[in-house]
Amino acid sequence: MYNFNYHCPSSLQEAESLYAKSEDPMFLAGGHTLLPTMKQRLNAPTDLIDLAGLTELAGISREGDVLQIGAYTRHADVAASELVQAAIPALAKLARGIGDTQVRNRGTIGGSVANNDPAADYPAALLGLGATVVTTKRAVPADEFFVDMFETVLEEGEIITAVTFPVKGDAEYIKFANPASRYATVGVFINRHNDGVRVAITGAASSVFRCSEYEAALSSSFAESALNGITLRTDNFNEDLHASVDYRAHLCAVIAKRVIASMV
Amino acid sequence: MVAKNIGEPVLRKEDARFITGKGNYTDDINLRGQAHAFFVRAPVARAMITSLDCSAAEAADGVVAVLTGAQVAEDGLGSLPCGWMVLSKDGSEMKQPPHPPLAADRINYSGEPFAVVIADTLQQARDAAELVEVEFDELDAVVSVADAQSGPQIHPEVPDNTNYDWELGERDETLKAIENAHHVTRLSLVNNRLIPNAIEPRAAIGDYNSGTDEITLYTTSQNPHLARLVLTAFVQLAPEHKLRIIAPDVGGGFGSKIFIYSEETVVAWAARKLDLPIKWTADRSESFLTDAHGRDHVSEAELAMDENGNFLALRVKTLANMGAYLSTFASAVPTYLYGTLLAGQYKTPNVYVEVQAVMTNTAPVDAYRGAGRPEATYLLERIVEIAAQEMNMDPAELRRKNFIQPEDFPYQTPVALEYDIGDYEASLDKALAMADYAGFSARREASVAEGKLRGIGFSCYIEACGLAPSQVAGSLGAGVGLWESGEVRVNPTGSVTVMTGSHSHGQGHETTFAQLVASQLGISIDDVEVIHGDTGKMDFGMGTYGSRSLSVGGSALMKAADKIVAKGKKIAGHLMDAKSEDIDFDDGEFKVRESNLSKTFQEIAFAAYVPHDYPLEELEPGLTEKAFYDPANFTYPAGTHICEVEIDPDTGVTSVVKFTAVDDFGTIINPMIVEGQVHGGIAQGIGQAMLEHGIYDETGQLQTGSFMDYCMPRADDLPNFDVGMTTTVCTHNPVGAKGCGEAGAIGSPPAVINAITNALGVREIDMPATPLNVWQTLQNATHEDARGE
Repeated sequence: MYNFNYHCPSSLQEAESLYAKSEDPMFLAGGHTLLPTMKQRLNAPTDLIDLAGLTELAGISREGDVLQIGAYTRHADVAASELVQAAIPALAKLARGIGDTQVRNRGTIGGSVANNDPAADYPAALLGLGATVVTTKRAVPADEFFVDMFETVLEEGEIITAVTFPVKGDAEYIKFANPASRYATVGVFINRHNDGVRVAITGAASSVFRCSEYEAALSSSFAESALNGITLRTDNFNEDLHASVDYRAHLCAVIAKRVIASMV
Repeated sequence: MVAKNIGEPVLRKEDARFITGKGNYTDDINLRGQAHAFFVRAPVARAMITSLDCSAAEAADGVVAVLTGAQVAEDGLGSLPCGWMVLSKDGSEMKQPPHPPLAADRINYSGEPFAVVIADTLQQARDAAELVEVEFDELDAVVSVADAQSGPQIHPEVPDNTNYDWELGERDETLKAIENAHHVTRLSLVNNRLIPNAIEPRAAIGDYNSGTDEITLYTTSQNPHLARLVLTAFVQLAPEHKLRIIAPDVGGGFGSKIFIYSEETVVAWAARKLDLPIKWTADRSESFLTDAHGRDHVSEAELAMDENGNFLALRVKTLANMGAYLSTFASAVPTYLYGTLLAGQYKTPNVYVEVQAVMTNTAPVDAYRGAGRPEATYLLERIVEIAAQEMNMDPAELRRKNFIQPEDFPYQTPVALEYDIGDYEASLDKALAMADYAGFSARREASVAEGKLRGIGFSCYIEACGLAPSQVAGSLGAGVGLWESGEVRVNPTGSVTVMTGSHSHGQGHETTFAQLVASQLGISIDDVEVIHGDTGKMDFGMGTYGSRSLSVGGSALMKAADKIVAKGKKIAGHLMDAKSEDIDFDDGEFKVRESNLSKTFQEIAFAAYVPHDYPLEELEPGLTEKAFYDPANFTYPAGTHICEVEIDPDTGVTSVVKFTAVDDFGTIINPMIVEGQVHGGIAQGIGQAMLEHGIYDETGQLQTGSFMDYCMPRADDLPNFDVGMTTTVCTHNPVGAKGCGEAGAIGSPPAVINAITNALGVREIDMPATPLNVWQTLQNATHEDARGE
């Protein structure tokens, strides 16, 4: 790790102004991706602005059919939240399956979403549920938020303050974990509601994506068999030591069917 | 011989300190005024160093010195040697390239150190290392075993990148038997490269006393005396009596801490050069890059049988990857610890093996838990399994048919070893019962009904442990003797301090050896303290590897304890006015036979140190005895492992649903510790079979350089193990023990792979059988079926 300046602002305004003043700043929102890369000297911010002091960013609330999770809410708190369990149990289950105990007790939803790791779990939930990312500047629908590998529409100094989830229909998430890292090799999130079906897949491609082929098929028939014969476009699929493109494409169907089976 | 205490599952004496954070590992030690070393490592696998400028680094904050390969050479530090000479078929000596502690002009693997920065803090050393200006002329790397001999030559001393071309067994007889056989099973297979990953990374602290001209080196070693011998006699670091090596608590080794590495050598050398204590602890990335890796063989084998399935001959050709340099024991692993084991548990009359050791631009490869014996077992138990398929015979029964029988011992194999004792059928039968082999087909049907595939696989392994009879080892090229030393110091109050040349780094010697000595002396194990791991405290010892500690080190302690009893009888005889030959020693008491006179062990100890009433004219005071034990033969632990797997054909995910291990380790001192050793070994074996794989890309970059990609077995990857024992007592050591440290890692991989191929209905799958690999194998098999093949 290189030397850096550590800040722990107590208001969003202070955080933004620190960011503006610093040479090469980064926000710290849990740090379970950022700190290991800093320790390996792969990331070297001059200033680390820890959002842990922003109490207004933590917490879970529900108003009508909208579940709001503050950006600095830790995975463990989402997993344990009765509000989340009652509103969107699949989201609580997803949070319970992120990383390990240490990660869940430190990592936050805002940090995970802002990082947009192609194998992270939360982006699948946001995209699958049609969530909205609320920032210091705007509210962005999840459909527009995730751009590509480790890339989102967030601008310099923009801070996620909350994620809001519509509470509608039922949902399920199943992850096929990389045997070594236990990140998602493929994770499929499906939300079925009155307006149709949303399917988001993480791990398979360079960024989380909505699977329009599956959505179309499942909207007309919500059954495992609806996915038979569908070939996914795999141009931007990931290939690594643990999974080939073909294997990932195959797993998309297998895991999606398991999600469907658990919902029907 | 077997006394109270022996065979009891006594809780480990050492665990209180380990689980309460009171252990004393090398990194826990901080010396006053110490500086920190950071090694500058090559980012490329093969290159010439065209320029090296350390001036900016030397000028950086806190930097004491930047030392390079050129300075190592100037100071006359020798090459890190390989200690086992292997001769080629033509009688020529193996080709050994020099291995400088710091590379001077050529880089041979990614991660090889070529400079070291020494600074007040680790952070400063690391910062300054980035200021070392180096230019490389990068060369094509040789990476895979298969391409090694045709690739560019890595070392001028090693033509064709081949260290030796070794053979064992009768070539002509074997070939003739294969040619005339009823059936020959043929198999090509790979034994996957593994990266050890002890929980404690390697570490070293060099400390020099200019007043006494002595170096003390604290280091994570499985064999501190051997490290001292190598560093003094070969590397010329210091005279042997001026170098003390302390290997305090060590957190796992699995072989990787046997060897003498660059880092501890440089740290000790630099400590004297700079007259400053210098500390280095590897980070996990350095462990991945530079700890000696394991396995990495490519082999072809042929097994010939008659029409009844009797084995007639086995022929094996193996290419073994040595990596960029010959590590301390590397040459012996694919030869004397591999070729000699290819008879297995079977009375195959003809066995012939050829091994070529090749160099590549990868980290050195050396002994890793089992060392050669897992490779032999994997090859043999895979080809036997396939032979059973091809002969349409039950795999258990084919093995049984070919077992060496109890009445055949001592049994001379065609590959040099003489097995002293065993009962392989007893282990097989017990394992078959424990694994409920009879119920397997019903379990398979139940799995199939749920859309799963189920398979069962066997492995009947043997290993040669208790390394080793020195004269046999010497005749085979070993550069050292392989006896062990032990000392029993009885204190005046009757408590006992035991010194052993073995080293415990997880094995529980402080308990097992205490049980052994306490039993011999009839005292409580709480009154026995076991000391190890310090060349300044105990006699020369050979350390711990090859499942040798109890059978060799324990035997030395038993001999020393016997000497204590013999001297005690003389003292007791004097005190009770009897002849020493009329004294019996039983359960801690010296008794005059056919009388009610007796003295306790404690009374005798006190008398020895307070010799007011003592036969001083005949007997020295004091009660301390030493013994050196050189084994007459290797020991031959053996057993049967049975693995049962269930596979999800949709994903390729394989679950080990049942694992049965029945082992014959001879006399067992502490069954709880033995079971723990078996559990750990099986976990590593399942890791090799299903999860672990050290992979380099074609440029020689390690792709599995962290736990993100190198998959270590975790608890949820493993079932509960069913462990059973059968016992035939080792015939030639006083403990009767055979050793248990490696069996799990040796026996289990073929059992797992045999179960997986059985489930998939395929002939072959390479390790590791990851979900991707299993799924792909199924896809290929389905496509072949579709094509009618």
